[in-house]
Amino acid sequence: MGKQLAAVLGTGQTHHRAKRTDVSMPGLLREAVDRAMADARVDWPDIDAVVVGKAPDMFEGVMMPELFLADALGANGKPLLRVHTAGSVGGSTALVAASLVQAGVHRRVLTVAYEKQSESNAMWALSIVPPFQMPVGAGAGGYFAPHVRSYIRRSGAPEHVGAIVAAKDRRNGALNPFAHLRQADITVESVRASQMLWDPIRYDETCPSSDGACAMVLGDEAAGDAVEGGAAWIHATAMRTEPTTFAGRDQVNPQAGRDAAAALWREAGITDPLSQVDVAEIYVPFSWFEPMWLENLGFMPEGEGWKLTEAGETAIGGRLPVNPSGGVLSSNPIGASGMLRFSEAAKQVMGRAGDYQVDDARTALGHAYGGGSQYFSMWVVGSAKPGN
Amino acid sequence: MTAAETETPETPLSAPLDVGFDYTRSVGPVLGRFVNALRERRVMGVRGDDGRVHVPPVEYDPDTARALTDFTDVADEGTVVSWSWVAEPLEGQPLQRPFAWALIRLDGADTCLLHAVDAGSPSKISTGMRVKARWADATVGHIRDIVCFTGVDAPPDDPAPAPPAPPVAEQAEGEPVRTVITPIHLHYLHSASPEESRYLRGLAEGRLLGQRCPACGKVYVPPRGACPTDGVPTTDEVELPDTGIVTTFCIVNVPFLGQRIKPPYVAAYILLDGADIAFLHLVLGCEASEVRMGMRVRAAWKPREEWSTTLENIAHFEPTGEPDAPYESFAHHL
Repeated sequence: MGKQLAAVLGTGQTHHRAKRTDVSMPGLLREAVDRAMADARVDWPDIDAVVVGKAPDMFEGVMMPELFLADALGANGKPLLRVHTAGSVGGSTALVAASLVQAGVHRRVLTVAYEKQSESNAMWALSIVPPFQMPVGAGAGGYFAPHVRSYIRRSGAPEHVGAIVAAKDRRNGALNPFAHLRQADITVESVRASQMLWDPIRYDETCPSSDGACAMVLGDEAAGDAVEGGAAWIHATAMRTEPTTFAGRDQVNPQAGRDAAAALWREAGITDPLSQVDVAEIYVPFSWFEPMWLENLGFMPEGEGWKLTEAGETAIGGRLPVNPSGGVLSSNPIGASGMLRFSEAAKQVMGRAGDYQVDDARTALGHAYGGGSQYFSMWVVGSAKPGN
Repeated sequence: MTAAETETPETPLSAPLDVGFDYTRSVGPVLGRFVNALRERRVMGVRGDDGRVHVPPVEYDPDTARALTDFTDVADEGTVVSWSWVAEPLEGQPLQRPFAWALIRLDGADTCLLHAVDAGSPSKISTGMRVKARWADATVGHIRDIVCFTGVDAPPDDPAPAPPAPPVAEQAEGEPVRTVITPIHLHYLHSASPEESRYLRGLAEGRLLGQRCPACGKVYVPPRGACPTDGVPTTDEVELPDTGIVTTFCIVNVPFLGQRIKPPYVAAYILLDGADIAFLHLVLGCEASEVRMGMRVRAAWKPREEWSTTLENIAHFEPTGEPDAPYESFAHHL
């Protein structure tokens, strides 16, 4: 027996901010959960299991968050799982939840991911130097900047492509009432004038640090059929992993990402992603990762991802709108960022994306990556059931 | 017995790794009520949907998951329900002399509060014992405004010294507490693998030791002990020169907490001649804007008397002035 059909019944997220000191950590999650359950029109007795995800423990100094979040997540007496795959965790958490429905184990699963970055300092947590090591690390930006430089050299992309992505995503964020950064007036020129943080990555090309959470209610075919206006049907899912370093590793275009994408398109029956996908929510924490992932995901041939961006085709109204919600560049509660991509893809095909709704969005990609570009998780959701 | 007495050339190296951070916790509307009541020397609980009074208050009902808002005061005196003796208190615990962790059901509450009981000895605490909160001289809005509990009938003759007041986040005078500070400190003993230890001891002699995979022939520095691609042990030691190239790099302009090198600095992947994997190091000796992909570099070692078992013996890498390596020669290392 193959997989059972599964669908997104509803989604919810917090208002993402630099500091949500108005709520506790459980309160932050509940804000997203309450919205998702209202959107899905379900109540606690309808939920069979809960799957929660957050980024590495040092980021907030909370180990085993599932223990103290059980009450807030209505999980007492129900299965409660925690998923952990670094920055991709929001995506992989959604996929674990989906698999519980696809396996026929549960009818409805609540899944939630979060980060309360203001309670700690992720830059510090990512730069702890163990004994004997050279203390040159400088957080996520310091890690990814050399690989961005490699991409620029390899592809021959013009220098302003990163700024095009940043300006587009921040302007999209201005259309999203939940976004942390809402910068309707940002321009390519103003991005290029912003401070160079980790050369070649500029301040305005860098994701913010956000407090926030995202939740979804996933359900089986009967539950999906009951969604007014139509559920987001899960057409394909994929996860792949590779080590952080090994000799000959392609750090710009990692094998694990390419393999995950190939498996994803195959399962979804997609042979030409650029033509067949209507909108993509891709994990872009630093602007240059848009063209890099366009290639890694197979939307564009290697070395040519930047051409789609430069031509404006990734803006709303373009051939493949990428991150119409504003993406990670507009809101970055790390643990939730991947699930936000997955849920924004679902909102698009459900027609619930409000001011940043892409016209006739029937097939959408949600994508997340994490660690040193080593964890990849992704899904394709559609307004129609798979095979229809 | 000290490490020095037992260390042999094969003993893995280890060193302390202390990690600590003062995490800030926003308490939210429910725990906020609790800590702000503590500041007034009151203990507050919340009534759940089944009528039980939870102390400390829970934000969401354990059975219905509903957000709870029906607050009620309880006594600062109650009954020990269970306890465990702490003969050797740890850093950061409420009392720095032997004490009991106890589950205490305060009068008016239906659930138990975990707190310290200053009983003096395990013979002076028992289940069912009546205890009363000992309040701090100055309360700040924190669980430690209750220093500990003591027996109602037989308080200790020599009360434990009160620890200093817990740290609290900045707040305006008279404003309610919205954030508490939770310092967390972890003390590890970090051990290097046998292979990395050999490499580190080589560094102490100014040598760069790698290992070659017998299957794929790739040279790893630092050595891994096993090839990450082939999964086979690596035993073939290779000594590498202290010259190589910059494959790629970034210029770090941003200051951050815990940073040990003053920005701006060039963090570069250095591929030693004969190695198949690059490692991160510093490049100095030229303007940051002059660093290039493919640039030839050489290690600038610290003075020999400063060497120890660390890659920091190499202060930085600096340009050799030789022509750059062609892109094609290192493109597969990016």
